[in-house]
Amino acid sequence: MPRTTVFESVIERLEILAPDGVVDEGLMPGLNDDQVLELYRNMVRMRVFDEKAVKLQRQGRMGTWPPLKGQEAAQAGVALAMSDDDWLVPAFREHGIMILRGVPGHLVLAYWAGDERGSAFPDGVRCFPIAVPVGSQFGHGAGLGMSLGLRGEQAVAVTFGGDGATSEGDFHEALNFAGVFKARTVFVIQNNGWAISVPRSGQTASATLAQKALAYGIPGVQVDGNDVFAVYAATMEALERARSGDGPTLIEAVTYRLGDHTTADDAGRYRTEEEVEAWKERDPILRLGRYLQARGLWDDAREEMLAEEAAKWVSSQIEALEAMTPPDPADIFRYMYAEMPANLEEQMRSLIEEVAS
Amino acid sequence: MTAQRANPSEDGEGGLRAVPTTSTAKLTIAQAVRDGLAAEMARDERVIVMGEDVGVDGGVFRATDGLIERFGPQRVIDTPLAEDGIVATAIGMAMSGLRPIAEIQFMGFVYPALNQIFAHAARMRVRTRGRFHVPMVIRMPFGGGIHAPESHSESYEALFVHTPGIKVVIPSNPHDTKGLLASAIRDEDPVVFLEPKRIYRAFREAVPTDDYTVPLGRAAVPRAGEDVSLISWGAMVRVCLDAAQELAGDGISAEVVDLRTLNPLDRDALLASVVKTGRAVIVHEAPRTAGFGAEIVALINEHALLHLEAPVQRVTGFDTVFPYARLEKHYLPTRERVVKAVRAILDF
Repeated sequence: MPRTTVFESVIERLEILAPDGVVDEGLMPGLNDDQVLELYRNMVRMRVFDEKAVKLQRQGRMGTWPPLKGQEAAQAGVALAMSDDDWLVPAFREHGIMILRGVPGHLVLAYWAGDERGSAFPDGVRCFPIAVPVGSQFGHGAGLGMSLGLRGEQAVAVTFGGDGATSEGDFHEALNFAGVFKARTVFVIQNNGWAISVPRSGQTASATLAQKALAYGIPGVQVDGNDVFAVYAATMEALERARSGDGPTLIEAVTYRLGDHTTADDAGRYRTEEEVEAWKERDPILRLGRYLQARGLWDDAREEMLAEEAAKWVSSQIEALEAMTPPDPADIFRYMYAEMPANLEEQMRSLIEEVAS
Repeated sequence: MTAQRANPSEDGEGGLRAVPTTSTAKLTIAQAVRDGLAAEMARDERVIVMGEDVGVDGGVFRATDGLIERFGPQRVIDTPLAEDGIVATAIGMAMSGLRPIAEIQFMGFVYPALNQIFAHAARMRVRTRGRFHVPMVIRMPFGGGIHAPESHSESYEALFVHTPGIKVVIPSNPHDTKGLLASAIRDEDPVVFLEPKRIYRAFREAVPTDDYTVPLGRAAVPRAGEDVSLISWGAMVRVCLDAAQELAGDGISAEVVDLRTLNPLDRDALLASVVKTGRAVIVHEAPRTAGFGAEIVALINEHALLHLEAPVQRVTGFDTVFPYARLEKHYLPTRERVVKAVRAILDF
C-alpha cells in the first residue's frame, strides 16, 4: 500500500505597494489617479474620524470606542472594490468601511455612544448592523451570500472579522457552509496582530490565517493589509469569483492595530513600544502618501486642505450626533416585536408613567 | 382519539373549525408538520426549509418527507451537520428577504446555536430600531418518552421564553400543528416551534387540506370543567386530558387549558380558567425550578390570588438531568401524578 499525496496547495501573499511608496507596476490594478486620490482621502478621513472618536470618549462624550487606526487600507481597499449592490457584514471595528458604504458617520458615533438608533441605517444602505459577540457574523455573511445566489442577485456579501474571530467555531461553520453551497460571500480577516492581549500566535498554530480556507475547499489569499492596492486587487478577484458563481474566498489582510483594543484597554500592558514603532513605519496612509508624492499627485498644500476638510466633516458628524433628540424610553419596548404583546404594553406604560412622574 | 373541543377562543379569526373546508385528511402531528411546510412553501416562494437530513431523507421523523421532490434542493436544503451554522445562515437569509425554516434535529442539540438565537435573532429588530428583522422559524422536536439515546429528550422551552424577542409555539395535536406552523412562518419575528415528538405519530386527526392559520398567543380549552384547571402544553396536554377523563369518573370536573403559545402568552384565557375553577395544576415535562410553570404561578398570584381555593400545584419533571431510556418513565409526569395533585388540592 503506497503513501500518496492526496492534497497539495500553496498560499500566496500579495504585495503591490511597498512601505517606501514604490509599486510593483506588473501587479498594479487599473485605477485612475482620481480613484487613487480618493482612496487616500478616504483613509485620512477615517483616521481623523477615528482619532476624534477616541478623544470624545476620553472627554466623556461617548462610550467605549474600538479604534481602527492602522487598518485604514484594509477597509478602504475593500470598499473601493465593492459594487453599489454588494452587502457589507461588519464585525465591530469596521466603521471606516461602514461609512464608505453609506452609513452616516453620526450614526456610527451614536451606536458607540449607546444609542440603538445608530444601527437604524437609512433604507438602501446595504450594511448589516455591527456584530459584537465575535465571529458570529460570519454565518450571517454565508447565509446572505447563499440567499443572494438563490434569488439570482448579482450582489455579493462581504463579511469582516478579526484574527481572534477565526478561533471561534462560528468561523469554521460559516466557511464550511459557504464552501459547500458556493455562497456569494467574501470573508475578509483583518489580522491586526492582537485580539485584546492575545497575539496572533496565541490564536492558532497555523502559519497563515489564509490557509484555513483550504480546509473548506475555497481559495485563500494573504495580502499586505497596509497596502491598499493589494487589498483592492485581492478583493476585486474575490468579488469576481463570487459573482461568477464560483464561490467564496477568504482574504487575510495582515495589518496592525496601532491603537488599543478599545478605549477601555491599555495595550501597553501586553505589547512593546518597539513593536508599535516598527508598524508605524508600515503605516498605510504614509505609504500611499509617499506613492502620491513621488507621482507628483500630492503636496503639503493638498494635505492641509484635506486635513481641514476632514476635520470639518468630522465636526459635522459630531454636531449631528449631539443634535439627536434623547432616545425615547418607550423604544425599549416598541421594537421588540412587529406587534407589541400585552405584557410589554403593560411594562411600557408603567415605565412611561414612572418617567413622567 | 378526538379530544372534545369547547374552546371559546376558536372563532373565525383563527380560521379553525368554524371555517367550512372542502376536505380534510387524517394526519399525525408529523404529517401535519409536513403538510404545513408544503402549504406555506407553495404559498410563498421565499419560504425555504433547511437542516440536517431534511432533504433526501425527509427528516429523521419524516416531518419534511417529499418536500425536496416537490420544491427542489434549492428550497429544501440538506445542510452540513452544524446547528450554529444552520441558524446563523438562516439569520443571514431572513435578514435579506427569505423566510427560512431551520430544523434542529433534536432540542438537545440546539445549544451550539443559542449564541445565534440569543445574541442575534432575538435582538435584531430592537437593536436596529426596526431596520432589520428576522422572520425565521426554528423547528425542534422536544421532550422525552420515546426511549431515545442521551441528549434526545430535553425540554428547554423556558430558556427561549426567557429570551425576549423569541416567540415560543408548542402544538399538542395535528390540527393546531398545521395552523400554528402557518402562523409561525408568516410571522415577522423569530419563532421557536417545538414539536412534541412523543406524540408525533401517537394519533391522527382530521386536518383541513386547505391552508389555514391558528393564531399565535391564543390558548385553547380542549376540555371545559368547573373544579380545577389543568394547564399545560405539548405532549402533556394529552396527559391532562387523560387525567381529566379519570377524574370525571369520580365526579370531578377538570378543565384542560392548552397554552399552545408560551410567548406571546394568552394570559387572559389562562386567568379566566383559574378564576372560574379556583384551582390550578400546571403540568410540564421540563425541570420544576424556574420552569415555565413557575411563571404561571406568579401570574396567578399577581392577578387571581383572591379567586384561589387552594395553592397552585405543579406536576413537572424533576430538577435532574433527563434520565436515560430505562428510567425516563419515572421522570415524566403521568396521568396518575396529575390526578394525585388534583385530589390533593381538592382536599386542601
